[in-house]
Amino acid sequence: MGVVQRLQQSWRVIGKSWYIEGGMRYFWIFTALMLLISAFADRQKTLKALEIALKRFLSILPAFLEMIILVSVALALVPPRLLLDLLGGKGKLLGMGIAAVVGSVTVMPGFIAFPLCGILLQRGVPYMVLSAFSTTLMMVGVLSYPVERAYFGPKVTVLRNVLAFLIALAVAVATGFFFGEL
Amino acid sequence: MSRRRFVLFLLFGAFLLWGLLKGIGLSADVAHNFWTFSAQMVKILPCAFVLIGLFEVWVKKEAVEKHLGRGAGPLCYLWAVLLAATTVGGMYVAFPVAHSLYRKGAKLGVIFTYVGAAAICRIPMTVFEASFLGVKFTAVRFLVSLPLLVLASALLGRYLESRDYRMIEGPLE
Repeated sequence: MGVVQRLQQSWRVIGKSWYIEGGMRYFWIFTALMLLISAFADRQKTLKALEIALKRFLSILPAFLEMIILVSVALALVPPRLLLDLLGGKGKLLGMGIAAVVGSVTVMPGFIAFPLCGILLQRGVPYMVLSAFSTTLMMVGVLSYPVERAYFGPKVTVLRNVLAFLIALAVAVATGFFFGEL
Repeated sequence: MSRRRFVLFLLFGAFLLWGLLKGIGLSADVAHNFWTFSAQMVKILPCAFVLIGLFEVWVKKEAVEKHLGRGAGPLCYLWAVLLAATTVGGMYVAFPVAHSLYRKGAKLGVIFTYVGAAAICRIPMTVFEASFLGVKFTAVRFLVSLPLLVLASALLGRYLESRDYRMIEGPLE
């Protein structure tokens, strides 16, 4: 079985298991419970809470939609197979640089990203490259810019992401050091 | 909704329709991704916003100010990290929560710590990462990133507060 098929299979298995479905069930139960307790304590306040929830959600919805569009286009243009080629087989430092940039400009859910990292690890990609990729993936959100800007404004969004990028690089270097790759 | 955004949505819809009719592989992939992510958001966002609404009506401003506000001690960063660890979903949940905390009087350093920590140490994601890359990998990431994050957030927060920065308040856009 090829690497890509194996990858796809593992997303399916893991994506459909507790990470999404199971966890979500408890989240819904928890929310319903909180809502019930609240309604029991004070109906007016609970209605107000629902009103706030709806208003806030509707006002940020366009930004969310823009983000989903950006992410779904980006993920289709940069399929996991391409990522495997981009991140594998480079030197440590060059690999780390490429990984940090690729991780910053892509967004993908953890249940795709970590199995991908696992496969890269089996292929002999250094830990520090994987660290640069996964940490920037998590911390630096170029594609979530529409949503973040709506809350923080453009300047602070850029500033925050630049700081996050630097922290991610520090993490990658430290990882290389602890795993004896530097 | 801004005009730029409206045009983007229109173009996206047209591209999907055109691609699907012509049977172009790329647009099928995009449509699949769009569907998957939308479904994931539909599973998470209603609960997230209902909890935000409940937080807004039940939690007193004084309580947030006392523990997460400008007068709070260094423990406030620990609370921010713990809250982030239990945040469900992803950054798209963390931003509205951060906005809500800010309105209740949390200081900017805490807000940035929370948002950053929500990116790096949500519990389900961490467990998942450790199972693919090993506990040592995750431990190193935590030990290096968290102190740096708190430091950078506190400094950024202090800097912005000295310049009278305000996160957007009230209804957005």
